[in-house]
Amino acid sequence: MGLFFAQLLTGLANAGALFMVASGLSLIFGVTRIVNFAHGSFYMLGAYVGYTLMQVLPGVVGFWGAVLLAGIIVGLIGVIVEICVLRPVYSAPELFQLVATFGVILVIQDLTLMIWGAEDLLGPRAPGLKGIVRIMDEPVPQYDLALIAITPFVAFALWYLITKTRVGILVRAATQDREMVGALGVNQSWLFTGVFFLGCALAGLGGAVQLPKGGADLLMDFNILTSVFVVVVIGGMGSLPGAYLAAVIISVLNVFGVSYMPKSTLVLMFLVMVVVLMFRPFGLFGREEVAGEHGQVGEPERPIKPAGLKIRLLVAAALVLLGLIPVMGSNFAVVLVTDILIFCLFAASLQFMLGMGGLVSFGHAAFFGGGAYVAALFVTYAHTPMELALILAPLGAGLAAVLIGWVCLRSTGVYFAMLTLAFAQLLWSLVFQWGDITGGDDGLVNIWPSAWASSNMVFFYLTLVICAGGILLLRHAAHSPFGYALRAARDSSRQAEAMGINTKRIQWVAFAFAGAMAGVAGGLFVFSKGSVFPNELEIARSFDALIVVFLGGVKTLSGGWVGGASFEATKDYLTRFEYWRLALGLLIIAVVILAPEGIVGSLRKLGERTGILNNAEDKR
Amino acid sequence: MSAVLTVEHLSRSFGAIKAVDDVSFVLRQGELLALIGPNGAGKSTCFNMLMGQLKPTSGVVKLNGEKITGLAPRQIWRKGVGRTFQITATYSSMTVIENVQMALISYHRRIYSMLPYAHRMYWGRALELLDTVGMADQADRHCAVLAYGDLKRLELAVALAHDPKLLLMDEPTAGMAPRERIALMQLTADIVRDQGVSCLFTEHDMDVVFAHAHRIMVLNRGQLIAGGSVDEIRNNPQVQEVYLGGGMLFNAAEEKADA
Amino acid sequence: MLELKTVNAFYGKAHVLNDLSFTVGHGKVVALLGRNGAGKTTTMKSIMQMVQPRGGTVSYQGQDITGWAPHRVAKAGLGYVPEERRIFTQLTVLENLEVGRQPPREGCVTWTEEMLFELFPNLAERRGNRGKALSGGEQQMLTIARTLMGNPALVLLDEPSEGIAPVIVEQMAHVILKLKNEGLTVLLSEQNLHFAQAVADQVVIIESGTQKFAGSLADLQAHPEIRDAYLSV
Repeated sequence: MGLFFAQLLTGLANAGALFMVASGLSLIFGVTRIVNFAHGSFYMLGAYVGYTLMQVLPGVVGFWGAVLLAGIIVGLIGVIVEICVLRPVYSAPELFQLVATFGVILVIQDLTLMIWGAEDLLGPRAPGLKGIVRIMDEPVPQYDLALIAITPFVAFALWYLITKTRVGILVRAATQDREMVGALGVNQSWLFTGVFFLGCALAGLGGAVQLPKGGADLLMDFNILTSVFVVVVIGGMGSLPGAYLAAVIISVLNVFGVSYMPKSTLVLMFLVMVVVLMFRPFGLFGREEVAGEHGQVGEPERPIKPAGLKIRLLVAAALVLLGLIPVMGSNFAVVLVTDILIFCLFAASLQFMLGMGGLVSFGHAAFFGGGAYVAALFVTYAHTPMELALILAPLGAGLAAVLIGWVCLRSTGVYFAMLTLAFAQLLWSLVFQWGDITGGDDGLVNIWPSAWASSNMVFFYLTLVICAGGILLLRHAAHSPFGYALRAARDSSRQAEAMGINTKRIQWVAFAFAGAMAGVAGGLFVFSKGSVFPNELEIARSFDALIVVFLGGVKTLSGGWVGGASFEATKDYLTRFEYWRLALGLLIIAVVILAPEGIVGSLRKLGERTGILNNAEDKR
Repeated sequence: MSAVLTVEHLSRSFGAIKAVDDVSFVLRQGELLALIGPNGAGKSTCFNMLMGQLKPTSGVVKLNGEKITGLAPRQIWRKGVGRTFQITATYSSMTVIENVQMALISYHRRIYSMLPYAHRMYWGRALELLDTVGMADQADRHCAVLAYGDLKRLELAVALAHDPKLLLMDEPTAGMAPRERIALMQLTADIVRDQGVSCLFTEHDMDVVFAHAHRIMVLNRGQLIAGGSVDEIRNNPQVQEVYLGGGMLFNAAEEKADA
Repeated sequence: MLELKTVNAFYGKAHVLNDLSFTVGHGKVVALLGRNGAGKTTTMKSIMQMVQPRGGTVSYQGQDITGWAPHRVAKAGLGYVPEERRIFTQLTVLENLEVGRQPPREGCVTWTEEMLFELFPNLAERRGNRGKALSGGEQQMLTIARTLMGNPALVLLDEPSEGIAPVIVEQMAHVILKLKNEGLTVLLSEQNLHFAQAVADQVVIIESGTQKFAGSLADLQAHPEIRDAYLSV
């Protein structure tokens, strides 16, 4: 009983930092509609800045002063990011901004590495609260009790600010219709900046306040990000009480999980989230997200037409050129282009679902990695030949997509995105923790192609045929009745349902189809590398695909593979340098600002402006 | 004439509020029936129940004698009901004709087909339908750049794609200019007459209602308070009080009636 | 009070306003008439700088406001009532009014919640209700009340009679006349000529973004051919 109670207290104490970070994310999303992927980075910065300040400032006042100052400094860094990176892209289509925040993650990671080094930092203990208290004979750190006491005050202050003050009313009004708030005489730019400051300061505060418990390291950003997403989704986007309750549930669950079911800790959190969303698709205290409610629509998508003869000839010529690489180029080029081709198919499969179907998935790696693991497991345990494994990979991934899609499609918008992320993480934790079968962190190795395809050259041609074929298949599907019905469901589900289209089912089929195509890419990937590790299922993998689709241009047919090819090639080049993340991050931010319609979209615009391409509507 | 749509004791409550309270009426074959009433009277709730978007608390809706209450919108559509929306709902990423083709593809149950090119399917029939509403010359335009009145006409063409027996139109002329309103309702009246379709519509523009409706029903606070011919409704004191007002805005309709 | 000089506006490449020039005199009610898609809403948004005009100037009390941010235009004394109502559905009636609140302005009525509830008695009973619980007519009233909280000198009303019951439209006409008596200047866009005739002093007619007529109501009466050509009653 005593132990149980002590663990409950630990859980409550851990909930403090989680709540602060989550409420910050929720606030920022509510007003700016930006899913701030970089929120974990601000949390990490809070820890590092707090650590440095605590070295300088002495005593009790110094400690708490450092915590507060860390919050303020991180808030100010957030303001700089908002003004320099986000302001230029507010008018871009919804969700495009998250690409910019992904760039910010990379930049902050490398800057932190530059300033504080790669070593993990051990957090100083809070002066005056270094001891433990015995509660029911169990030791409970005094600092934990302090955290339990402080968090409700922070929560109450935030709640008061949002519900009772004029600023709070303006923030809530802007959450719904920011243009109108501007037309009523409120300077919304500063309202945005203010909210960003508050949100980031809360993240920084969370990072600094947990120093005595967890210290600071370079993996903090991604590690907390998933928990924070889960908390925000369980609680309901934009709900402070929801965020608090969810933070407590998740933290307590984690503590108990560690002691009673150590193998399940990572899975547990996602299971809870899935269960909650099954019954309450918009979280415990959330309300339904109505698409287009926020007056942010961007330019309408163009009608699509199958490529004309000229383009087809060009594509054929390009494929022939690609086919010449093994003959002309180096072995290195062959391997690199193989990688790029596989990644392009992966990205194109996400593009199909995201671009045509409007289904924003944050967890598409589940099917890429899923396909890879299906192939690898069959080869390892059933000695399946490559040819069969390459067929089983998409089948397995497609099946997973059928199941996952069934659950995820109960929600829409951001909730849908978060659910897909949760499932990808669930799969990742399964693979990671089920080491006996999957090899855990050590992965599965020695998975090589059949003898006939074992040379790099032959495997290259195999990849070229499958990937190019897959991309063309996806493209054809976009022009078929199925692709049209999928777009119809995205453009107006109201009208689609009123003309006999079962929109959920269409989206479900598309989800499974895209999953299977990602599985094809995953299967090829295993055989090209000879091994597979859990990181193929990671959040970062999913984000890669997502970023690439946006960079390429969501509202275009070819954005997926164009973005994929450019991104992989650039990344391959940059990783030779020590601070490649910094460079890549800055590059991503630059593309986002300079080409808000993605590479393909912006090139098309440029072509039309210079008269090389003509826009059908202009001729009228 | 036979009843196409029969509504019996239809009710819907939201919490303690009875949005629609025991509404019963019949729509006969070839009839153009208007449902009018103040804002919040329950017109939209009523419509949403007929279309299957909202489940009634109690009551039954029958289409040609067959019960359709509780069916999803897409099932009701398959039974031969076409609809247009108060706020236009079209596929903005497609061309005008592709919007109609989409309806035809769904009608022929081909939406899961991945082989043919969709933009070549049922092209001739789609063009015919566009011609019916006078949109054939804009067939290849991008839907997102159309004028509002044209969007409304496109929606009508889409609603006619599966040869419906019944057309439900929710404020068909909202947001249109006066001349366009009359033209659109004239078009609807022609279709009703020529194709044997029956039509139920809600409307705020009394010029449109008085000029075209065969019969009018008035809804107030969820209840039907009157029903009858144009003249009966116009001269009904109760309707004037809750809805029509002092007549400042109907001079045009009066003049037209006099002429 | 408000002057537009050769204002042009575009959506993408579509030229939606073409050399619009007219003035709105102090204390007058001016009706901007034209069919749907003629450019009425764009004119309103161009005045508020929610759509940035490309070419031409908008000046308010002699000051060029072209290129200002919309919130600055609002602070200068222009109140905008949008067509689609756009109330904050998650906020209560009182909170909606709070969003519109601006400091008192010299020479203008300083509106309080109580004065507005007197003007719109329906809203008084619903002050604690969330916006989404209001009927269409009540939402329209709240939109106007919210704008008045900013103590504007000039109110832009975009299609106040659209989509609401005739009885409420009559109420709306009385409100506009009351505002005029309080010394406010009003520019309203309309398709309903009867409504415009009941409230307006001056009329501007636009068609396809081009100005076709500007003058007093009597002038328009004297030119029935203009009325017939562009207003299609």
